[in-house]
Amino acid sequence: MTDKLTEKLTDKLTEKLEAELLLEALYRKYGCDFRQYAQSSLMRRLNNVRLQAGAKSLSELIPLVLHDQAFANGMVQDILVTVTEMFRDPPFFAELRTKIVPILKTYPFVKIWLAGCATGEEAYSMAIVLQEEGFYDRVQIYATDMNERSLEIAGEGIYPAESLRSYTANYHASGGRSSFSDYYVANYRMAKFRDELKRNIVFSNYNLVTDHPFGEMHLIVCRNVLIYFNRELQAQVLGLFDASLVHRGLLCLGSKETLDFTPYASKYETLSPKWKIYRQRTQ
Amino acid sequence: MGEARGAVVVIGASAGGLRALSAVLAALPADYVRPVVVVLHVAENGGGLLPELWSGALAVRVKEAVDKEPLLPGSVYLAPPGYHLLVEEDRSISLSVDPPVRFSRPSIDVLFQSAAAACGADCIGIVLTGANEDGSAGLRSIREEGGTAIVQDPRTAEYKRMPQSALEAAGADFVLAPEKIGDWLRRNS
Ligand SMILES: C[S@@+](CC[C@H](N)C(=O)[O-])C[C@H]1O[C@@H](n2cnc3c(N)ncnc32)[C@H](O)[C@@H]1O
Repeated sequence: MTDKLTEKLTDKLTEKLEAELLLEALYRKYGCDFRQYAQSSLMRRLNNVRLQAGAKSLSELIPLVLHDQAFANGMVQDILVTVTEMFRDPPFFAELRTKIVPILKTYPFVKIWLAGCATGEEAYSMAIVLQEEGFYDRVQIYATDMNERSLEIAGEGIYPAESLRSYTANYHASGGRSSFSDYYVANYRMAKFRDELKRNIVFSNYNLVTDHPFGEMHLIVCRNVLIYFNRELQAQVLGLFDASLVHRGLLCLGSKETLDFTPYASKYETLSPKWKIYRQRTQ
Repeated sequence: MGEARGAVVVIGASAGGLRALSAVLAALPADYVRPVVVVLHVAENGGGLLPELWSGALAVRVKEAVDKEPLLPGSVYLAPPGYHLLVEEDRSISLSVDPPVRFSRPSIDVLFQSAAAACGADCIGIVLTGANEDGSAGLRSIREEGGTAIVQDPRTAEYKRMPQSALEAAGADFVLAPEKIGDWLRRNS
């Protein structure tokens, strides 16, 4: 029994070492830095990649990563979680209308950074709200992600028609006043969101771990991305956001993410404790 | 067993789970020494009220889990609806919005497998009533790492499928009624 447990422990240490070397290979060769991601879910996804590749151990993936760029790209895709939806957490979008938009309207022109926009649903949701609130034409949305394939989908704005029912429900739950079907054209399989919605959106590749501050944003929205990072990396990225905001800028996190207990807690006031809307304090 | 840091208790419940879970938790004293982490399947937009429902009725403190919060003794952490909950090696919580696993998010398997990987033998996994097979694979992982497995006696379960499936897939160290599971936890602390 004890021997078996000792063996397990050794196996686990070995697996951890293998994971570290694998991530190091990915970083040193391609600049993709997953070394400070939250371990448990990262290990889960790495092991899924391993199983799909038919490998017995994570270290078997290292030569593949180093010599097969297509494999490495695929692995990055599999590590990144692309799950998203339109008007996810409808009450957040309701508060965007009632609490955030009135503040933004006090500026002549507004820059919004949507960090970790995945396949773009959040960006189109945001555009719809701003359009309905009648000031979309004073806004520029920078929607960024490090997943190139997701960004391509985001740029096309074409999503499976089967999602429309829940998106429509979300839209109305968020306070949407129009007919949601005005915003897209659909056949039985796909729905394409209207091009005019993206007239003020730029989708671009940006890595939150390795890229530089993104200057002078009035609002930064980054939801369900920080949960994938460990505490140190969370603090680093919050620092990046802090440096990228205008004085008194607004910051929105996912509903289960928080500024509490981070080095930035005291620098922000909380406009919505439930939906995690923060604003930089004066000074 | 190396109990240097003390074991973490992980509980999975689905249909009929509210009552069974209440029975287990009711046995725990306010100064219970282990953290307890719970996945209870509920509708994605419901369930957020559970901690309030229990407050006052139980001696232990029940709260919805927050990302990266440390696991403290005598606290019960509920997975928020729509998020997976994973245990980290440093005994903190991570949430994720990875796709549902076998139609469930939170998934009991995801919680159990992460706890098995993070805590090894210092893990007590408990499967309660439910109408699906979530938790079976996770309980097997916990046993493989040397942890302890407790399954609700299917004869006492409102829905037998989940405990039955866990017994078939993983077996168990103890098969007990919910009140008895609570007693066992209290005595073995
Ligand atoms: C779960 S999705 C969240 C999507 C959306 N914000 C939402 O809440 O629905 C997480 C996104 O974070 C992106 N991501 C992960 N690590 C990143 C990094 N280092 N830099 C930029 N984006 C990253 C992933 O590619 C993925 O699109």
